[in-house]
Amino acid sequence: MTKLISRDSGLEQVRIPIHSDTDIVSARHAGRSLAEQVGFSSSELTLIATAISELARNIIEYAKFGEVTLEIVNNGSVNGVRITASDTGPGISNIEMAVRGGYSTSGGLGLGLAGVRHIMDNFDLQSAPGSGTCVTVTKWKL
Amino acid sequence: MAVPILKQSNYLIATIQAALTDQDFVQLRDALVEKVGRFRSRGVIVDVTALDVLDSFASRTLRDLAYMIRLRGAHTVIVGIQPDVAFAMVQLGITLADVSTALDLEEGLAFLDSVDSEQARA
Repeated sequence: MTKLISRDSGLEQVRIPIHSDTDIVSARHAGRSLAEQVGFSSSELTLIATAISELARNIIEYAKFGEVTLEIVNNGSVNGVRITASDTGPGISNIEMAVRGGYSTSGGLGLGLAGVRHIMDNFDLQSAPGSGTCVTVTKWKL
Repeated sequence: MAVPILKQSNYLIATIQAALTDQDFVQLRDALVEKVGRFRSRGVIVDVTALDVLDSFASRTLRDLAYMIRLRGAHTVIVGIQPDVAFAMVQLGITLADVSTALDLEEGLAFLDSVDSEQARA
């Protein structure tokens, strides 16, 4: 696991290259410890760790490799954790369908993105066929 | 990390001790499915107390494990799902449909005993 700590903004950032299933475990551990710094409750920490797991696995399953960036963010009044999962894989042709419950092309539970969207406060998905996928989600410590 | 599998009378007990990779989960599934035959076990307990995350892959693999072991003629019970983990699974819509669960190892053993004695009566 490579950790690049940037303190330009005063807030912490961790980047984890995702190349194998062991990186999924590393990413969620890093995310949990970063979220602990923000003061999330233990059930919120578990939600965040589970969301990271799902996003990192999508990278392995669909794109083979990519990167997860974890950041502490502040919107002026509250702190939060932002997770960005990006890859240069095949991309998603039907984003509407991908974030709807029950849709999957890999034989999974088909709830990955829909579930992640449900448990996080902000959800953004940028993707096009052939140009990779970037999912950005944020959980605010309210 | 390999999960130790203990044989206790007619049962197999697999106690997960740390976070597992996807590959570890698949190995655990295959090892239990094989050992049920080798030891002629009637029941399997998978203790997930140590896990802080049960995501869709882990849940799916546990479900597959339980179904495969059922096809081999034995029962599986998953024990020790932590409150936070249960909460996250429900929020994400992750299910362990038709898989037996119990609070802890003790309850899991009691469950397998009851299944076993029901079958003996039948």
